[in-house]
Amino acid sequence: MAIASDFSPQLSPLGEFWAGVRQTVPLIVGAIPFGIIFGTLAQTNGLSFATAIAMSACVFAGSSQFIALGLLGAGSPVGIVVLTTFVVNLRHLLYAVGLVPYVKTLSSGWKIALGFWLTDETFMVAIQRYRQADQSPYKHWFHLGSALSMYGNWQLCTWLGLTLGQSLPNAVNWGLDFAMVVTFIGMTIPYLTTRPMVATVVVAGTTAVVARSLPHQLGLMVGALAGIIVGVLLENRLASKQVES
Amino acid sequence: MTLSEVGLILGMTLVTFAIRYPVLAMSGRLRLPPRWLQALNYVPPAVLTAIVVPAIVVQDDSLWLGWQNPRLMGAIAALAIGLWRKNLLLTIVIGMAAFWLWQAVWN
Repeated sequence: MAIASDFSPQLSPLGEFWAGVRQTVPLIVGAIPFGIIFGTLAQTNGLSFATAIAMSACVFAGSSQFIALGLLGAGSPVGIVVLTTFVVNLRHLLYAVGLVPYVKTLSSGWKIALGFWLTDETFMVAIQRYRQADQSPYKHWFHLGSALSMYGNWQLCTWLGLTLGQSLPNAVNWGLDFAMVVTFIGMTIPYLTTRPMVATVVVAGTTAVVARSLPHQLGLMVGALAGIIVGVLLENRLASKQVES
Repeated sequence: MTLSEVGLILGMTLVTFAIRYPVLAMSGRLRLPPRWLQALNYVPPAVLTAIVVPAIVVQDDSLWLGWQNPRLMGAIAALAIGLWRKNLLLTIVIGMAAFWLWQAVWN
């Protein structure tokens, strides 16, 4: 006895891996300018070549790396930079919780790897794959493919920025960082299919703007949480209304 | 690398990993209540917009909602093309093009 979905071709681990890489390509395009600008800015903000390379290789968290540059350039002590990194990356905690149902059966090695390589982009791509209805046992290979391609790209772009960036006049003023903004807009659009989701986005964006002067970029977390709460409340309200009518 | 640079890299690496990994490590023993699972659906769009909207409309710590704002115009173009064609790469390319065009026209 087989139902129709049993006949859909099942990918091997390697097949899943490459599918993950392919799905991540547009996000890599959006991340390239961001990585190059990081490399370009690093040396003008007083980071040595080796430190910039090490930061991208070990920390691997774009927005906190940028904020670190800004703080170091303004003369902030290391402790403040580390504290701010913590707060800026707190959103990854939400991502990790989101992955719990899908990674709980994986080995520790896998969890360490997928944890270390967790980024905004890879989470968005991987969670869509995990939520698809098919029963592939290799979805974590898709996740890994996305993670490794983002990582490889970030290292390459950091290096490009450190070497080539110096010879491009005013590269920083071209507004290349806007590529991240349009990439994130593109990643948000598929979610805008229900009224609670639209409410989430409106509330999260507005709150983040209002709360922007909170220290250490905390406005981001406040905005995100406000959006999530409003979305859930509205969804439950709409559901209970439907039950009533 | 100076000693303070080593401390910087170590500190940033440790705090970042300490956010990303522990929940995954405990995932086998974690049982999330249904309300939490429901809330998690809203995490991606909420975080993305909380990052993006201030980056579009805030310039030097004040709101800039005028039509001369190239980031606002680029974002609107990206949103429009994304909703219409549902193609990520196209969204990125058109958004960047609109942004640059607007910047070139008004600078």
